[in-house]
Amino acid sequence: MDEHLKELESEAIYIIREVAAQFENPVLLFSGGKDSLVLLHLTRKAFFPGKIPFPVMHIDTGHNFPEVIEFRDKLAKELGIDLIVKEVQETIDKGRVVEEKGINASRNALQTITLLDAIKEFNFDAALGGGRRDEEKARAKERIFSHRDEFGHWNPKNQRPELWNMLNGRKRKEEHFRIFPLSNWTELDVWDYIKSENLPLPDVYFSKKRKCIERNGMILIYTPFVNLYGNESIKEIDVRCRTVGDATCTGVVESTAKNIQEIINELSISMKSERNARADDKTSDSSMEDRKREGYF
Amino acid sequence: MEILRISTVGSVDHGKSTLIGRLFLDSKKIFIDQMQSIERLSKKSGEEFNLALVADGLKAEREQGITIDVAHKYFSTPKRRFILADNPGHFQYTKNMVTGASNSNATLIIIDAREGITEQAKRHIFISGLLQIPHLIVCVNKMDLLDYKQEAFNKIKEDFEGFSFRMDVKDVHFIPISALKGDNVIAKSDKMPWYDGPSLLYLLENIYTKSDEDFRDCRFPVQGVIRIPENKISGAIGDYRGYAGRVASGIFEVGDKVRVIPSGFESKIKSIITFDGKLQKAGPKESVAIELENDIDVSRGDMIVRSANIPIISQDIDMIVCWLSQNKLDTGKRYLVRHTTKLTKCFIQEIVYKVDINTLDRNLKDKDIGMNDIARMKIRTNHPLCYDSYQKNRSTGCLILIDEQTNETVAAGMIR
Repeated sequence: MDEHLKELESEAIYIIREVAAQFENPVLLFSGGKDSLVLLHLTRKAFFPGKIPFPVMHIDTGHNFPEVIEFRDKLAKELGIDLIVKEVQETIDKGRVVEEKGINASRNALQTITLLDAIKEFNFDAALGGGRRDEEKARAKERIFSHRDEFGHWNPKNQRPELWNMLNGRKRKEEHFRIFPLSNWTELDVWDYIKSENLPLPDVYFSKKRKCIERNGMILIYTPFVNLYGNESIKEIDVRCRTVGDATCTGVVESTAKNIQEIINELSISMKSERNARADDKTSDSSMEDRKREGYF
Repeated sequence: MEILRISTVGSVDHGKSTLIGRLFLDSKKIFIDQMQSIERLSKKSGEEFNLALVADGLKAEREQGITIDVAHKYFSTPKRRFILADNPGHFQYTKNMVTGASNSNATLIIIDAREGITEQAKRHIFISGLLQIPHLIVCVNKMDLLDYKQEAFNKIKEDFEGFSFRMDVKDVHFIPISALKGDNVIAKSDKMPWYDGPSLLYLLENIYTKSDEDFRDCRFPVQGVIRIPENKISGAIGDYRGYAGRVASGIFEVGDKVRVIPSGFESKIKSIITFDGKLQKAGPKESVAIELENDIDVSRGDMIVRSANIPIISQDIDMIVCWLSQNKLDTGKRYLVRHTTKLTKCFIQEIVYKVDINTLDRNLKDKDIGMNDIARMKIRTNHPLCYDSYQKNRSTGCLILIDEQTNETVAAGMIR
C-alpha cells in the first residue's frame, strides 16, 4: 500500500477506536456507496481480531438503485453484521414529513428526519459516516468529532477546536456526535484504497449501457422513481455513478470505465467535482451548509 | 508518496486566500463546476473573479469576506499529497490557528510586503514556535505592488532576525511572491532575478520531513482492549488480549522488554497484529494491536513504553497554555485533562506568568486568563500523567483542558 494511504488508514482506525472508547452507543451509517464501504472495511480493521462492536444502519430513501440494496444485504450477511434499515417511506406514512412535489422532487432532504428519529429511537450517541472534507465547502469546515445539539443541529460558527489528535466527544444527554473518519481523504484516495484493498463494489459504479434521461444538463438513470416530464425521452447511454444517493437526484457520468483502474484513470483527468452530479447541492451556494445545520449528514 | 500537512496564517488583507486560490488554480485542483460557482459568487459581490472564494466555505465568511474557521483543503502533485489547514488570521480567532497548526509539518505565514511584519504576524510566528512546527515558510506577498523591488523583502528578513531569537522557530524560509499574479508560487518568476531561492510549490514538495518524526522514544498509548475468548490468534492457551492503539513515537518490536505505566508492570511483546497480518515491528503513527507475554492489568489511558526509556510520570505539570474559550480561566474550578488516551481531573496550582503577545514580555502580575491568552501555569492532576516535554515529543507532550460544565475544549497545553 502507498505510504499516504497507509497514513490515512491508520488515522481513520485511530478515530474509529476513539469512538468505541468514548461513546456508549455508536452506530455506523452505511449506504452501500463507496465511502461507506471503505468506512466499514476500516472499522473491521480497527477491531480485528475482534468483531465490530456496534450496529450498522442504513437510512433507506426507498429510491435506491436495486443493485445497491442487493449488494448491501449480501455484504451484511457475509460479514455477519447487525444491519438496521430505517425507511423514509415509514417517516412519510407517519406524516412526519411530506413528500416533495414537482420535477426535482427527491427524498434526499427528507432522510434527515428519518435519521434524527432513528438516533432518538435507538439512543445512539454517535453516528459514524463516510463524509469527506474535499467533497464540499461546508464539509471542509467540519470537525472529525462534530457536535450536534439536542435538535440534531450543527453550529458551524461555534465548533470545538480539535487539537493534535485529541478528540473530545463529551456531551450532554440528548446531544450526539457525527464522526467522520475519512475527513482527510480525497475522492482519489478512496478509489486508490479500494483498488489496493480489492474491495467489491455495487455494479452502478462501473460503466455499462443504461436507460437514461437528460434533465437540466444532468443525466439520470431511468428508474421507477423517475417520472418523465414534457418531451423527455429515454436513451441508452454508457454511464456510471460517481456517487450513489437518492436515484432521483444522483446524476451519472458518461464513461467507458469498466473497472477500478479505468475509473482512477478517468478521475485523474476529470475537470468536474464529484458532487457536480448532485442536484441537491445545486439549489444554492450554501445548500449543503443549510442542510447540514438542520442535521443532514 | 508522502503527506505534507501545512497550515496557513495571515492577517485579514494580506492575500492568504488569494494565495491558496492561486495554488489550487495553477495546480489544476479547481474543478469546472467549482470555478463556475466562484464566478457566480464573484459577480454577486461585483468582482471579476475573486480567487479568495476558493478558500472560504461558510455563508457568513463569504458575506463578510473573512475566514472565521479552519478549512481543510487537499491537493497533490506527482511528488506529494498536501493537506492544507487554512486558518483565520483575524485576532478573535487565534484559537483556530492553534487548532489548525497543531498537526502541521509546516506553517505558511503570509505577510503584505508593504506593511512588513505586523504585530499579528509576530503573534503567528510566536505561536508556530510554541507549537514546534518543524518548518516555517514566510511568504512576502504583493511584491507586484512594489515593482518587485528587493528592499521591502530584505527589510522583513532583517526585522524577523531582530526578534526571532526570542522565539523557538527552527527551519525558516522566506519567499517573495505575488499571489495575485502568480509570481514564485508554482514556478520561479523572472521579475525578481535578485531572489535565488525556490518557488513556494517547489519548497513544499521538497522540504525534508523524515527527521520530524521521533523513532527513538517508544510510546504506545492504549486506546482500548480487544478481547477474544479463545486464543486462535497466537495459538496460546487462554484468552487473546490485544491492546489497541496508535504508536505515538519510536519503533516497537516483537520480543521487546516493555513496561506498562503508570502501574510499572514489566513484560515482553508477544505479538503485533493488524487485519493484514502479524508484524515484526511497528513505528510512528501505525495503528496496531499489541499482545503481551504476561496477563497483566492494562486498560485505556495506560501507556506501553520500552523498559529502558521511560517518560516522566507525575501529577504536577508545568506547561504553556493557549486559552481557547470565551469563558475565562477560573482558578477555583476543577478542569478535565485529556492527555494521550487518558482522561483525569486537575486543579490550577499557579499561574506563573502571562505572555504579552505584542511585546513577548512576561507579565508576572496579570493573572487574568481569557480567550487567545498564552500563559505559563502549573496544574496538579488527580492521576499521574506519563509525559515527555512537548519540545521532545509533540504526541506525549500535549494536552487539552475540558470544561466539565460545558464540555468544551477550553485550553491547549504544551508541557515543559
